[in-house]
Amino acid sequence: MKKRTKILASLILAAAFLTVLILIDNSPLKSSMLSTCLQKGAIYALVAVSMNLLNGFTGLFSLGQAGFMLIGAYTYGILTIPVAARASVYQYFEGGIVQFAIPVIPAIIIAGVLAACFAALIGLPVLKLKSDYLAIATLGFAEILRALIQWQQIAPLTNGSNMLRAFPTYNSILFPFIISAICIAMIVLLIRSSYGRAFKAIREDEIAAEAMGVNLFKHKMMSFVISSFFAGVGGALLAMFQASVQAKGFTSAMTYEILLIVVIGGIGSITGSIIASFLFVCCMEWWLRFLDQVQYLGGVKLPLMRTGFRMVVFSVIIMIIVLFWRKGIMGNKEFSWDAIGKFFRDPFGLVSRKNKKGEGITNE
Amino acid sequence: MKRMHKIIALLMVLVLAVGMLAGCGAEKGKVIKIGIFEPGTGENAGGGKQEVLGIRYAHSLVPEIEIGGETYKIELVEVDNQSDATKAPSAAQQLISAKVSVVLGTYGSACAIAAGSIFAQNKTPAIGCSCTNPQVTEGNDYYFRVCFLDPFQGTVMANLALEQNCKKVGVLTQAGDDYSVGLGNYFTEAFKNAGGTVVPASFQTGETDFSAIVANFKDCDAVFAPSSIETGPLIIKQLRAVNKDCLILASDTWENGKIIENAGDAATNVYFSTFFDENDDSNTKSKEFVDGYKKWLNSDSANLNNNGGDDTVAAVSALGYDAYMAAIEAIKAADSTDGTAIRDALKDVEMTGVTGDLSFDEKGDANKNMAYIKTIDVENECFKFLKTQTIAE
Amino acid sequence: MNNYVQLLLSGIAVGSLYALIAIGYTMVYGILRLINFAHGDMFMISGFFLIYIAAVPHMPIWLALIITILLTVLLGFMIERCAYKPLRSAPRMSVMISAIGVSYLLQNFATYFTGGLAQAYPPIPWISNEIEIFGVTTKLITIVTPILTIVLVLALVALIKFTKIGMAMRAVSKDFETSQLMGIKINSVISMTFIIGSFLAAIGSIMYFSYYEQVSPTIGAMPGLKSFVAAVFGGIGSIPGAVIGAYIIGICENLIKSYPAIADLSNAFTFILLIVILICKPNGLFGEKLSEKV
Repeated sequence: MKKRTKILASLILAAAFLTVLILIDNSPLKSSMLSTCLQKGAIYALVAVSMNLLNGFTGLFSLGQAGFMLIGAYTYGILTIPVAARASVYQYFEGGIVQFAIPVIPAIIIAGVLAACFAALIGLPVLKLKSDYLAIATLGFAEILRALIQWQQIAPLTNGSNMLRAFPTYNSILFPFIISAICIAMIVLLIRSSYGRAFKAIREDEIAAEAMGVNLFKHKMMSFVISSFFAGVGGALLAMFQASVQAKGFTSAMTYEILLIVVIGGIGSITGSIIASFLFVCCMEWWLRFLDQVQYLGGVKLPLMRTGFRMVVFSVIIMIIVLFWRKGIMGNKEFSWDAIGKFFRDPFGLVSRKNKKGEGITNE
Repeated sequence: MKRMHKIIALLMVLVLAVGMLAGCGAEKGKVIKIGIFEPGTGENAGGGKQEVLGIRYAHSLVPEIEIGGETYKIELVEVDNQSDATKAPSAAQQLISAKVSVVLGTYGSACAIAAGSIFAQNKTPAIGCSCTNPQVTEGNDYYFRVCFLDPFQGTVMANLALEQNCKKVGVLTQAGDDYSVGLGNYFTEAFKNAGGTVVPASFQTGETDFSAIVANFKDCDAVFAPSSIETGPLIIKQLRAVNKDCLILASDTWENGKIIENAGDAATNVYFSTFFDENDDSNTKSKEFVDGYKKWLNSDSANLNNNGGDDTVAAVSALGYDAYMAAIEAIKAADSTDGTAIRDALKDVEMTGVTGDLSFDEKGDANKNMAYIKTIDVENECFKFLKTQTIAE
Repeated sequence: MNNYVQLLLSGIAVGSLYALIAIGYTMVYGILRLINFAHGDMFMISGFFLIYIAAVPHMPIWLALIITILLTVLLGFMIERCAYKPLRSAPRMSVMISAIGVSYLLQNFATYFTGGLAQAYPPIPWISNEIEIFGVTTKLITIVTPILTIVLVLALVALIKFTKIGMAMRAVSKDFETSQLMGIKINSVISMTFIIGSFLAAIGSIMYFSYYEQVSPTIGAMPGLKSFVAAVFGGIGSIPGAVIGAYIIGICENLIKSYPAIADLSNAFTFILLIVILICKPNGLFGEKLSEKV
């Protein structure tokens, strides 16, 4: 395919997607499961891509994503709850100590910035650690943040462990898509820049990268801080999506979910993470829900179906992917029209398989 | 290997597609859907299941309804909100997309508050069965409830503590749980106003070791511990290790067989307030309900299992039944499947339920001011009704 | 005074329980360099095993205990064979993700199987009896657990020091590839590690749940994570280190919980301790210095 055709095809695809979204937004489908999953998928896509920047492109195995999302979500909530509603939200703390509200977009940006600031603080000691130790230390930090936010002594600020709610949310389902798309585009630009190449060099071999003049600590810190910024923005979007936010939901289980999305999509593939987050959200929230209810197939009651079966099937699928499909959907490749074309010419690798065999014989 | 991967991928897609088809079988005839928004897993699962049982029983009695001269089949749509306020919104969304006309539930105020705005946005009325926190209905035109509220319940328990000559009471709440924190606050307020001393303490969700926390309650006359069924027995046992004879006060959640079973011999001197008592014969409707419900429970071992192992009628089951009946009344009065019409009709519903006379005030709360105080009979392993308690307005 | 005795006693009991789980983590990490996230959930599943086995009519409790331990060991063995062995040549991150997947699966399966409800743990005669020491009433199990833990740890240390399999384990944890070249059957050593780890998790589970008396599907996660912190604190790969780390965490946690103003932070404390030790002494209290190979 020629380059111009490819750009044209991409533009048509993007336009088609946007049209579908606008149509959904203006039809009764707006309150359907489809639109819910699309919104949540878009938010998870942003968080998964931000985690991929860290884990897939810089090779830093960090498990702190839920902690940064928590900061983002709380910052957004605390800053935007209308003053009139504060008395009822902070009902046990006389309306709380924050007595102003700022508009949505600045609040989202501040949410990201604050998450990034925390990351910079945490990064100073933690980024010196090696692989597993880094993972467990970031996981620990996320747990510390969660406990701190729920601490009764700072409750007038955070509402303790009680729920934050009544903050403004979005009306159009386009909102999370636009924000996510802008953020992901920024991450893509970063990865394609010279900084991105330095990140990849660190991933491939730290010592070699250092020998080539890459400042290890500076670049690791940069990747960590930027990833956390977008995780914070993702957290703010998640708060808007849920219309309420509570610290106890941001457990390590949430980080694991995002990590699994990254793995399913392919570590080191942005498009993979995006596709995987939509698939993951749809499977978990929508397509598999029927497994939770007793089902009849031709008058026969199907065995095993009851509450909780959905999650069992879901985790079995995940295990199969992790064990037998280690590269995930995209491996470390990106979406490209060439690959699509190739897939349609040779859907199951039958031709190339034969060719390979043939090659083997001639070599012998 | 690569080919195998593609085949696995295709197979999985196929399984999903078949599953989705199985999920949407075609229905014939007119159908009105009632959503059940309850925890089926997680810390509140025990109570959620009992509430669902009450609703299912009511559904078995009234499976059809007449709207606009046509007979509609009533279909129950159940979703599991996993007792988790962060999972609740998407579970609520599931009900909305199934196009339910009215929602019943949920057990546990936190999930009700989290999902409330979704029901309101989509103009679907919800009737809470046992979510007692004031914030559930506050500022939400579409949320109603058939039970009393926490300020009332907290005051009732504080009055009980005063009657028993308690001077110093420990209050143990679960941080982050609106139900528990709210009740603790209202209790503290009422008890302090009456001149008592309160020792507050709190624990995090998922905590199992309370021994260090309850050590603070060593010299208390009573401990008020509004908490979930899962944490209740742990608190009872570990509290008994440091304080042998203080009163243990709790709230409606504790009326579940699991509490007796898991707490065993330690559950002495336990008092809690609840919405209903199966031996209360002042109300003919309730007698009828108890007999029919027990028969229904015993007809299926899965029901008994969900009820906590025996055929005790839990208050939340009775509330589930009442919520369903209130929904039926409202649908009849509205003569429509439209959410807003049903909401408007709900405001004027007046009926005699099994938990007493039922009508809603302007906020959507039930006009109720009587609580049943019960205690645990350790020897016979059952709950014992003590008295009813009201407070002056 | 009594108050502190009480706190100390329950701190030691909790610490011993963490220790039993922490050993499983530290051994697996020592050999495979894998944080076995599923270990905490295995401990939870073991709790459910006993509940369901003891509910079988005419089942004597001692037999139920033995079957529980055997089943847990089998489960640990199976997890290693199914979820970790196929990934032996894969990057370490893949194995860790597989461990997270197993943990997710075990939790969801337990939720499904039990209907998401907490179940009462059957009382085990004798150790559930109450006794009085230093003017504090407590269950016998508070005293039995630390003793049992110490005995098991000594036995384990002896096993690793003086037997052939122990020598093989030490060799494998020193250098995976070289020991393979020296003719050590790496798979059987790893299986053995998992068997010992699961055995200790089963014992820990029996003690833990006899102490708290009920099991729920998500109960394994926090003790699991804290035990891992204990293992890191003591120096990963070092068994006495893991035990000491576990006691420190158990006791401190209980002390913090007794002050209402900071009780909320007891979980945070464990992780603060982790970060502090990682920064000051990255190899833990008793950890060996690992040299980075280029």
